[in-house]
Amino acid sequence: MSTQSIAQSIESLVEYCDRIIEEPGFAAAVAWKNAAPNRATIGCFPVYTPVEVFYASGVLPVGLAGGGNRMEIAHADSRFQSFICSIVKSTLEQGMTDLLEPLDGLVFHSICDPARNLASVYARNFPETPVEYIHFPQNFEAEESPRYLRDEYARVATFASGLSGREMTTDDLRAAIALYNRVRETIRRLYALRRDAPHRLRTRELYPLVRVGHLIPPEEHAELLADALHAAATREGRERDRIRVVLTGSFCEQPPLDLIAAIEDAGCYLVDDDFLLGRRWFTENIPANVTDPLLALADGYINASLPTPVKHDMRVSPSELLVERARSHRADAVIVLCAKFCEPSLFAYPLYRKALQEAGIPHLFLEFEEKMWMFDRVKSEIETFVESLLFD
Amino acid sequence: MTETHYQGKLHHLQKELMSEYYAALTASANGSGVPAAYLLIGGNPVELLRAFDILPVFPEVNALQLAVRKQSLPFIQSAEFMGYSSDNCAYVKADIGMYFGGRETPFATIPEPSLLLCNYVGCNVYLDWFGHLAEFTGKPAFQLDIPFIRSASGKPSKEDIAYVLRQLHHLIGRCEEITGRKLDEERLREAVRLSSLTGDLWSKIKHLTKRTPAPYDAYFDSVTMMAPLYCLRGTPQGLEFFETAYAELLAKAEAGIGPLEKERFRYVIEGPPPWPHLRAFRDMFSRWDAVAVASTYSTVGGLWEFGFTHDPDHPLESIARHLLEWNLTNRNFLQRYEQIERYLEEWNANALVIHSVKSCRLFSAGQGDMREYFTKRGVPTLLVESDLEDPRYFSEAQMRNRIDAFFESIAHRPTREGASV
Repeated sequence: MSTQSIAQSIESLVEYCDRIIEEPGFAAAVAWKNAAPNRATIGCFPVYTPVEVFYASGVLPVGLAGGGNRMEIAHADSRFQSFICSIVKSTLEQGMTDLLEPLDGLVFHSICDPARNLASVYARNFPETPVEYIHFPQNFEAEESPRYLRDEYARVATFASGLSGREMTTDDLRAAIALYNRVRETIRRLYALRRDAPHRLRTRELYPLVRVGHLIPPEEHAELLADALHAAATREGRERDRIRVVLTGSFCEQPPLDLIAAIEDAGCYLVDDDFLLGRRWFTENIPANVTDPLLALADGYINASLPTPVKHDMRVSPSELLVERARSHRADAVIVLCAKFCEPSLFAYPLYRKALQEAGIPHLFLEFEEKMWMFDRVKSEIETFVESLLFD
Repeated sequence: MTETHYQGKLHHLQKELMSEYYAALTASANGSGVPAAYLLIGGNPVELLRAFDILPVFPEVNALQLAVRKQSLPFIQSAEFMGYSSDNCAYVKADIGMYFGGRETPFATIPEPSLLLCNYVGCNVYLDWFGHLAEFTGKPAFQLDIPFIRSASGKPSKEDIAYVLRQLHHLIGRCEEITGRKLDEERLREAVRLSSLTGDLWSKIKHLTKRTPAPYDAYFDSVTMMAPLYCLRGTPQGLEFFETAYAELLAKAEAGIGPLEKERFRYVIEGPPPWPHLRAFRDMFSRWDAVAVASTYSTVGGLWEFGFTHDPDHPLESIARHLLEWNLTNRNFLQRYEQIERYLEEWNANALVIHSVKSCRLFSAGQGDMREYFTKRGVPTLLVESDLEDPRYFSEAQMRNRIDAFFESIAHRPTREGASV
């Protein structure tokens, strides 16, 4: 379905995105694959995948975002223990219930220990499914790190070509970088719009606009985002008496949409977040028209990517960055929303807490699970927090 | 026999040498002038520090010492008071709690680090741990990024090796800054030579448990030898310990003496021990005359028994290979299945016990799949859960029931050779 044929209001765009996100079966990705020879699809575990490398090789990167709150985990619970986060189990469950059947391969990354072990467990249980694993460098200070990552991406390109039967050329990669730059730049502009005028674009609306990019080709996503930017910029809206909040901690497993809505309904303007971080990832465009675009992409990871607890860049202090982010977004408060059992996210919290307290920025710590479906308690907790600030 | 008694020269020598090691830590903390570097166990490059006379401090060893001495809980709780989650690794919490508790432990005063050497060898929590220490201490940190094993061959690529070597050169530069002196290559070669001899002896010790009866328990007694393997490797004292240990254990093997009066079950054990309840856990196996003949945990710092040896003629290359390939933590989860299979076959074991610890997801995430895999292959497999550091996760009665039921059930099963055990 093309966005050209639908009305260009935020409401209709969001409705379109919601519908695609709800649909099982990766229909848009399968349609893209079947439209031309030498194409394939790959499921990408969070947080970040070098999507350009896949796309330039004829492979559509499809974002995996767990099972949501409508999936019952019946098989994967016996493989991963109770203290492992839900998305690891729900991803395996999707495999075990054939929901990932339309995808030609999967890629995992060095984000945490359970995700890494899942790559192995998945490969063992589905020997017919090609599984790739990317080791992202954690030494951000070494001059050779971009070069190492460039070589890693070259290896991944070979893997991707094996899926599609098409070799990546330098020009293919340049075009893919330019295309995804367009997507990311528009998302950055939407984020800026929401920061400056959150009454014009709710997070419950922005979120599906970004997340649909997990499931549709980037050309289509770029168009859709451009439409959304235009619609949001010209939208009428009335400012409400709400607190401005920076939300952090939900960069991998995703909270239910209803939880995001509940946070807003409890009296918050979410003026920044780290949902679906991999779809934005870079702070600026990656140079596409360079001699070695693979190196440019790798260099962007090291030197121009957003902070997240799965990257350990010792050149910066993550907690100071959070304080700066809260200030630059004129936030009244920070909500740290961690997925239950998510070690990287939970480990970030003590440092955040200390820094926020020292900076005098109120914060609220919450945990969620993708499968949660009752929000009254959490909403009431946030309402109390909001009231304590509004009527302070 | 329900209780195990620690006997032999190696246990006494271990205590003596570790006391000396901890005395050196305390002296450093009290201003001896010897710089200390914190580093992690996984495939550790301790030889490089030896070449600079930098004292290695292993926060994991300190944390487990606290747990063994039943001192970990107050430190864990004080870290949780700072905002650490009950779901975070308790090694980290005990260490952070201890750091803010003045670095005083019953066994040593832990020195402030001159360098935080985060050898990122598989474990992602290492990165958080040392990142936090860097923030709390304000001391210089070095991230030694070790690409994870992800090839079908189970080997690092030439790019991986080159990348690690370049980082090791940077690390040498950092050590030169800290100590104010250039690397003495001869000293590095000597440390690597000592490690090579130590590793060879450790490998021979590991192979002794192929005999029946096994001369020692490859889990509960191996942990005694692991502390010198990390804290003293690359020194003459470390080598002396392993010469003594090998001689003693070889003599036992030759004499047909095992750690128990009788060896009825030979099992492989996967996962770290429940340090706060080590003795109780050991006795649960001893009462069934069950001896661990191999353990994956004893290979976190290095996998010598499968052929690795340091090479003094190529010191940095062999350190790089140790970090990349020759330790459990940087190998992928399916390589661990292969490792266990080799133990079951070559060490002639008839059961697998998986001790799943909440703290260490590197070890535990997916162990249900491991149980499924080995059960389907006809290996009697038991999965039990507790923790390596947090005493609150150990339910003694429940644990004993599970272990009793397991050995009860396999006591009447036919073995691979067709006879019941």
